[in-house]
Amino acid sequence: MEKSKTYHRKKIVTVFLACLLLFVVLTVRVTYLMVFESEHYTQLATELHQRERKIKAKRGRILDATGTVLADNRTVCTVSVIHSQIKEPERVIAVLCKELGLSEETVRKRVEKVSAIEKVKSNVDKQVGDAIRAYKLDGVKVDEDFKRFYPYGELASKVLGFTGADNQGILALESYYEEYLRGEPGTILEMTDARGVELVEAGEDRIEPVNGDDLVISMDVNIQQYATQLARQVMKAKEAQSVSILVMRPDNGEILAMVDVPEYNLNDPFTLSDAMLETYREQETKGDGENKEIPATDREAIPEEKKQELLNRMWRNACINDTYEPGSAFKIITASAALEEGVVTEEDTFSCPGFIVVDDRKIRCAKVQGHGSQNFVQGTMNSCNPVFITVGQRLGVDRYCDYFEQFGLKKKTGIDLPGEAGTIMHKREDMGPVELATVSFGQSFQITPIQLAATVSSLINGGHRITPHFGVKTVNGAGEDTHVFTPKKKGDILSEDTSRRLREILFQVVENGGGKNGRVEGYRVGGKTATSETLPRGTGKYISSFLGFAPADDPKVLALCIIRVPKGIYYGGQIAAPVVRQLFENILPYLL
Amino acid sequence: MAFRRGKNKTESYFDYSLLFIILFLVGFGLVMIYSASSYNATVEMDDAMYFLIHQGGAAAVGIGAMVVVSWIPYHFWERFAVLGYIVSIILILLVLTPLGREVNGARRWLNIGISVQPAEIAKLAMILFLASMICKIGRKVRSTKGFCVILGMAGVVCVLVWKITDNMSSAIIIFGIAFLMLFVASPDYKRFVTVGLAGVAGAVAVVYLISQASTTEGMNFRGVRILAWLDPEKYADDTGFQTLQGLYAIGSGGIFGKGLGQSIQKLGYLPEEQNDMIFAVICEELGLFGAIAVILIFLLMMWRFMVIANNAPDLFGALLVVGVMGHIAIQVILNIAVVTNTIPNTGISLPFISYGGTSVMFLLIEMGLVMSVARRIRLKDV
Repeated sequence: MEKSKTYHRKKIVTVFLACLLLFVVLTVRVTYLMVFESEHYTQLATELHQRERKIKAKRGRILDATGTVLADNRTVCTVSVIHSQIKEPERVIAVLCKELGLSEETVRKRVEKVSAIEKVKSNVDKQVGDAIRAYKLDGVKVDEDFKRFYPYGELASKVLGFTGADNQGILALESYYEEYLRGEPGTILEMTDARGVELVEAGEDRIEPVNGDDLVISMDVNIQQYATQLARQVMKAKEAQSVSILVMRPDNGEILAMVDVPEYNLNDPFTLSDAMLETYREQETKGDGENKEIPATDREAIPEEKKQELLNRMWRNACINDTYEPGSAFKIITASAALEEGVVTEEDTFSCPGFIVVDDRKIRCAKVQGHGSQNFVQGTMNSCNPVFITVGQRLGVDRYCDYFEQFGLKKKTGIDLPGEAGTIMHKREDMGPVELATVSFGQSFQITPIQLAATVSSLINGGHRITPHFGVKTVNGAGEDTHVFTPKKKGDILSEDTSRRLREILFQVVENGGGKNGRVEGYRVGGKTATSETLPRGTGKYISSFLGFAPADDPKVLALCIIRVPKGIYYGGQIAAPVVRQLFENILPYLL
Repeated sequence: MAFRRGKNKTESYFDYSLLFIILFLVGFGLVMIYSASSYNATVEMDDAMYFLIHQGGAAAVGIGAMVVVSWIPYHFWERFAVLGYIVSIILILLVLTPLGREVNGARRWLNIGISVQPAEIAKLAMILFLASMICKIGRKVRSTKGFCVILGMAGVVCVLVWKITDNMSSAIIIFGIAFLMLFVASPDYKRFVTVGLAGVAGAVAVVYLISQASTTEGMNFRGVRILAWLDPEKYADDTGFQTLQGLYAIGSGGIFGKGLGQSIQKLGYLPEEQNDMIFAVICEELGLFGAIAVILIFLLMMWRFMVIANNAPDLFGALLVVGVMGHIAIQVILNIAVVTNTIPNTGISLPFISYGGTSVMFLLIEMGLVMSVARRIRLKDV
């Protein structure tokens, strides 16, 4: 056997030194990873280990001008079970059945289902949630949540809108001011193992949510309530399809009330209102003989598609989402343009034989026997069609269209509500004498009620185009203003002088003319009545309206009442003007 | 000769440092196995102690065997060298029979009452066989023919381990052991440097070719592993997953670690957390200090092996120790290199620490052999 030699020793040392070298290399590598790459890998590992849980932010409230809360939050609870943590399943089932009022079968299914977390019931009242929590049951989780709550139920439903499952604004103001109301959700970051089980000892990071700001709007809940009441009364009395009332400040565009009955319950927006159910029944009855018998209470019987269509109709705000033929109220615009252009003066005399021939068409006046001889003011008081057709002819198509655009009627008003409808008007090049004649007295084109109210407001306020709006400011939790909304200034559209003359004419309309039902004792009220037949013509369906403002010399409030498809008497001066009168009788002492 | 000198009790030597290092590593290994495996053991076996108990049992048997072997003069085993070589080949072939057992898709185990890995036995058998063969052929080992014959005999086993049990890591280890033993036995350097450089050049060429390939289609899993090694984050969902999870664990440990038992990666994120990837858990829990301490302990062990080999009474004893030294050094280096993504991923366990009954038992028997060699050292030589 060979003896261990010197070179063996040398080589063994070489092997050891090679090992040493490699060990040093590895030490350097480990040091590099654990010191210089540590941050990178720690971050990646944390992302892998952490689970994010959102904490909902409290949505901002909506307050009216007097500080009354119109949209609020209510704390509700979501009750869930965590299968792996349940120790006494039978007791859990018994308690949840009792407290939540659910059937044992339902609860048992949830409790016995093998899943990470199972929701048993959401939108549970806070008291019930607290009661369940008091049992201290293992594996039962009660999470608090916010739910939108509207203290006034149906009031201003089409203005406020409502929120969806994640508390996001869906319609109207809730949707338009979403970014202010929403707030920033917070997060809970908790460590979990690979199966997603929370590591209690690892603790959690919390990023607190930022609550949404409160929105203050120009609406006055008292006026809104009273206007709603009046609208309901007249709708019932006249068996009308719907009634809209708009109350706004002509000087700055702030809207004080916007009613469009029938409204709907904001706390239950996905259930068809009785009015909608009635509409549905009428439709179906008319359409198909076999479907005549629809049970009065059975909302479930309505097909899903149809139901969604009806819901959309129920939520529609006719003041801004729908257009109509403004009728004689539009004579205010024709008068403004003609006075401004100087093609007519108050003293100009006209003769009305009860009709006027345009091209080869005979257009009749409302008064078949004719108004006879009258000046322009009297023509307006009588709402005489031939007078306004003549005035329109004096302006001509081009100038008429120029004023139509100058008054801002072609553009949307820019109201702070989503879904505003645009104007439907003849193209300038398609407008012949007949079109000009009909437009002059408010027919053959369509605008939204808000457009009419905003335009007339601008014409009577000295000629300054205003933007109708609700939003005044947002206020944070500490009561500080976070954002004050200043509506866009749109410049002047009419001279001060013409505006003044227009106000005087409209005062005469109410004081001595067709709008005398809008007169209020002790106040100078101006206004104009309107009655238009719905399309298609000849069905005997009318839209009656009255637009009034006060005081006539320095208008502080303007109201527009539109009654759609009333039964019986349908003249705006007889049914819509009294509504505005009653409204003014109550709110003028309060506002002025 | 050693036999005669062994009878002289007054000169007997015992390497207490080595014994301490071994016991420390085994104990530390058990602690880390419990820490790394208790979560998964609870989830899967409903018994947090499952892996600890199995490993503890194997370690106890191994320590007993180590003590017995350390008392037996090492030349006693020389007569079993050829037999061991043949038996290990037969055991490897037996894997193909119904006795073979498949775990995690790899057929590497034999079920003979207890479950053993023939590759682990082959490593020990190879050390004994080569030490004996090199001594037998004497000066012929210096010739090219002798060099080739020895390497060839080791090569046969390597190929069998690689191809039959599909265990390239063990094949590399066995080849490495043979290479190192030959290196020590032969006075030549040139030949070894040539082979070494050729090996490195070949590896670089393969890596380069694979990294240039446009698609992974038609490439076997080893090719994809090389790509995943170069950019583990790109292959984060499959091949690079284990590597990346290991890096998360290592990186998130930082300088002082999260504390013993505080690893989060072991909670189901990191695969093989008590086996090949246990070093990553050590890094995460004990930090850079723990990692360097483990490397230092292994380095100390290497140092003791060098001292014992250099003072061994004869070449056979020296070669036995060199074989064991090579075995442990290669496994430690490759394991840490894999875990830190210094080289492409291949399954190599960390000696004494990773979970594996056969491995720890045979490692302890090897330690017995080394201690037996140490006992024959004449004190005046030290």
